[in-house]
Amino acid sequence: MTHESEGPALPADRGRLSAAVKAYLLDAGPLPSDGDVEAADPYGDDLQLALYLCYELHYRGFAGVDPGLEWDPELLRTRAALEERFLTALRADTPVHETVEGALKELLVEPADGTGVSHYLRDEGEPWQLREYAAHRSLFHLKEQDPQVWVLPRLSGRAKAALAAVTFDEYGGGRPDQVHAKLFADLMTDLGLDTTYGRQVDAGCAEMLAIVNLMSLFGLHRRLRGALVGHFAEVEITSSPASRRLSEAMRRTGAGPAAERYYDEHVEADAVHEQIMRHEVIGGLLEDEPQLADDIVFGIDATEYLEGRLAEHLLSRWRAGESTVYRPLRLVGKRVGEQAEGQVGEQAGEETREDPATAGRSRVLGAV
Amino acid sequence: MPNDSADAPRRITVQRRGPWLVDGPVEVELEDGTTVSSDRFRVALCTCRRSRRYPWCDTSHRRSAPPAARRPATDTEPPSEARPAPDAGPA
Ligand code: FES
Ligand SMILES: [Fe+2]
Ligand SMILES: [Fe+2]
Repeated sequence: MTHESEGPALPADRGRLSAAVKAYLLDAGPLPSDGDVEAADPYGDDLQLALYLCYELHYRGFAGVDPGLEWDPELLRTRAALEERFLTALRADTPVHETVEGALKELLVEPADGTGVSHYLRDEGEPWQLREYAAHRSLFHLKEQDPQVWVLPRLSGRAKAALAAVTFDEYGGGRPDQVHAKLFADLMTDLGLDTTYGRQVDAGCAEMLAIVNLMSLFGLHRRLRGALVGHFAEVEITSSPASRRLSEAMRRTGAGPAAERYYDEHVEADAVHEQIMRHEVIGGLLEDEPQLADDIVFGIDATEYLEGRLAEHLLSRWRAGESTVYRPLRLVGKRVGEQAEGQVGEQAGEETREDPATAGRSRVLGAV
Repeated sequence: MPNDSADAPRRITVQRRGPWLVDGPVEVELEDGTTVSSDRFRVALCTCRRSRRYPWCDTSHRRSAPPAARRPATDTEPPSEARPAPDAGPA
């Protein structure tokens, strides 16, 4: 077996399932039993991290792990059991609309005085909260569009061409410095966060792991292509107004130009992307495969459901003055709020370090 | 657009509510004589004049509703929830 010498470090385990999957990846133990999978909370830290470990082999892998395990039959069997548990719970818990039109219509109405995470961050978010938010979101934004690309070969005609065009935009339109994942890494630098791929996974909460796992679940299964399209439409449609509020949050706290830039770009880009997702991608897919309507609705509503869980987690803890991360954030450079002229200085050679502000408050303490 | 050629007329998609969609790159000359440009593959031009990034659409054309109407109770929609209105991050 050849093991990757480079790559993201394996995150710390969060219970029996994730510990067993991690041990298996390191060729140091058996996979979890079916009973353990059955007994786990489908939205909990342990199951979600175990699933994340399985999926990540399809993206960047892990240092010290055999890349061939991506297609290991035993591991795929465990992954299927974890997915089944997650998907069954989602199907039972997600309130779904009757029609695609009904689901979309609701997303297109802006509440006059919303109470979401972006409203909170715009109005009263403190630098440490913006940092936590960015760390959670980095689990997706540092691979922005990667999970959605899996669906492209499963589409055809109008839907395929339109999603490929949006994808081109997400990947910077051919310019590496404009790739959205890179723009997000620049935002993280402004906030003093370590931008290394995978480094903030230990900080990521179960609710965020569930969101990024949902994308991989929908993306990697052709039978769930309708759900992937619905999911991505939901994200694009709700993005522009939220991005404006997040940009205002970054401006108000003096986070830095790259932090504002990431959200400013998304105000404008996603005002276009949402039009294309609705008219061309959903419209085209329904023309080709009208029987997928229910899956599209499920994708939209399951995304809303998991985003609602994340919002609840973040807002309830922040309002209580508590941290939302699982383990402390990884910081580099100076921290926002301490920056002299809004510039993060030379960071080369600087040690990445735990955030002392969250080290004492993260969930892991006392939980494991 | 399939089979586009350089001299094919440029298509603009018009909708009753919302931006005009046109293939980029575009250059827009504003009333004050300044020009702005966008090289996005498709560009959404604001028609409602409410955009804070005019002439580009920023979704300000959307209907806004009081919080109670965010999840109207009709039979095509799920029951309202106590959760905060979720907003996914961008993509
Ligand atoms: S048309 Fe969208 S903001 Fe004016
Ligand atoms: Fe993006
Ligand atoms: Fe987008």
